[in-house]
Amino acid sequence: MNWYGIKAIYIHEMERFRRTLFQSLASPIITTSLYFVVFGSAIGSRITEIDGINYGSYIVPGMIMLTILTQSISNASFAFYFPRFTNTIYEILAAPLSSFEIVLGFVGAAASKSLIIGCVIILTANFFVDVRIDHPLLMMFFLILTSITFALFGFIIGMYAEGFEGLQIIPILVITPLVFLGGSFYSINMLPEFWQKISLLNPVLYLISGFRYSFYEVSDVSLFTSTLTILTILIGCILFITYTFSKGYRIKD
Amino acid sequence: MKNILEINNVTKFYKNSVKALENVNLNIKEGEIFALLGPNGAGKSTLINSICGIVNFNKGTIKINNMDIVKNYRTTRKITGIVPQELNLESFETVWNNVNYSRGLFGKKPNHNYIEKLLKQLSLWDKKDNKIKELSGGMKRRVLIAKALSHQPKLLFLDEPTASVDVELRKDMWDVVKKLNKDGVTIILTTHYIEEAEELSDRVAVINDGKIILVDDKDKLIKKLGEKTIKIELFESVENINGNLSKYNFTLDQTNKIISHTYNLNSNTTDITELLNDVKKDGYKIKDINTEQSSLEEIFIKLIQENNNELVRN
Repeated sequence: MNWYGIKAIYIHEMERFRRTLFQSLASPIITTSLYFVVFGSAIGSRITEIDGINYGSYIVPGMIMLTILTQSISNASFAFYFPRFTNTIYEILAAPLSSFEIVLGFVGAAASKSLIIGCVIILTANFFVDVRIDHPLLMMFFLILTSITFALFGFIIGMYAEGFEGLQIIPILVITPLVFLGGSFYSINMLPEFWQKISLLNPVLYLISGFRYSFYEVSDVSLFTSTLTILTILIGCILFITYTFSKGYRIKD
Repeated sequence: MKNILEINNVTKFYKNSVKALENVNLNIKEGEIFALLGPNGAGKSTLINSICGIVNFNKGTIKINNMDIVKNYRTTRKITGIVPQELNLESFETVWNNVNYSRGLFGKKPNHNYIEKLLKQLSLWDKKDNKIKELSGGMKRRVLIAKALSHQPKLLFLDEPTASVDVELRKDMWDVVKKLNKDGVTIILTTHYIEEAEELSDRVAVINDGKIILVDDKDKLIKKLGEKTIKIELFESVENINGNLSKYNFTLDQTNKIISHTYNLNSNTTDITELLNDVKKDGYKIKDINTEQSSLEEIFIKLIQENNNELVRN
């Protein structure tokens, strides 16, 4: 293993995060605060509790998931697309690094950034509502796994994007709607039966549900199904990246 | 001297089925400076990028230090460095971080003393904390060289190293290249500037339309393919060319006082003695004589033209 190479990519990416620390952290903190104002105060005054949990506290895991998913994707996609755009990718391709090592460096950094942001959101949420974490290890398991999985997904976008606009299409048109419709701010049990069945087709529902279980021991679907879903997406991303790399990752051909 | 690089029958197609390289065979000796010449789109960069692992090639084998670059990519890439043609750098990073990052990518333990020495050698030390965007074009090119040398490679590829740099900086770059070579680095450079190849290289290859059309020692090449022109300056202008001089294919300058006659160095007879005798027989007095040898550039243009004509015929 080229550990120095992996470390170089990881530190290089984290350095970019440090340089833009204010923007990187300010945006999720402001967004989270706005969600609390809009959902927590405005809607929360009408919906006091869901499954016995205060509404403001109930939406915390969903908000964290929303940020983790979008941040993991955007960090990883930008991190790999940017050197393609500036042509500095030549150096990574010419270095004695395997495909796995390249992915490890980029995805590791993107997932780390998301984890930091996730922790900052948990702290921010504490200023607005009581946040209880019944299963901290399970919460970290879901947080880490989701960060890695969606950083891999972002890496795929970074490999395939043809322009900066291409980096935004999937997060805006696919991920954000899926998170909003995946029970971030409500329980699917509140929906009519037909829409409950439709919601079960949304993979993000399983991530949010499992993650929420680690906080309050309440969930829309079983913990096993949630874990299986996230692992399936993870394996799917790994297989797709492996395939793309074997074909010269759209750069070397 | 042993070969540090062996390229055998390398063929490369791009996705749109354009053949970029066709059965390229080339051996590079350890310690030499090798110039790869060719017009735009001839395949120079594709060949370098194939060797460095930046693009995949479709057929053939490439060996560095007798090791296959695909099977033993970790070992071969560790001893290879590349300076790209474009100024591809991260604008917001400092010089210091940029160069150390490159060393890390190539699997080398941090060595701040070496990087300091390298930056000093390339006159970049006082700019180490500057961001790349604050540097001039020439300095950026030096940073690219520093990055390529950060892991102490034995084989260095310079893809158009002095493209769009001023004359003064070009000479500086040449000094850097000569120094590196003196320190034991084998250098392969692609260039548009024949003057650069003439100044630096030990051997030259000409590539056109993805094929290597010639490989030779620079001096031999100039000698082998070079034409010489003898210029005979007379005291009086030539009025009558129907005399003994009529049998020569010569040209006269505007004053009709300078006779130019071109001959090939390889020819069995150069006719010079006879020409000088005939000048005398026709009653002209010689004021001065000088000879000019064709440059590598003229040879290069001639070769490319011949090759293109052959391609059209086929």
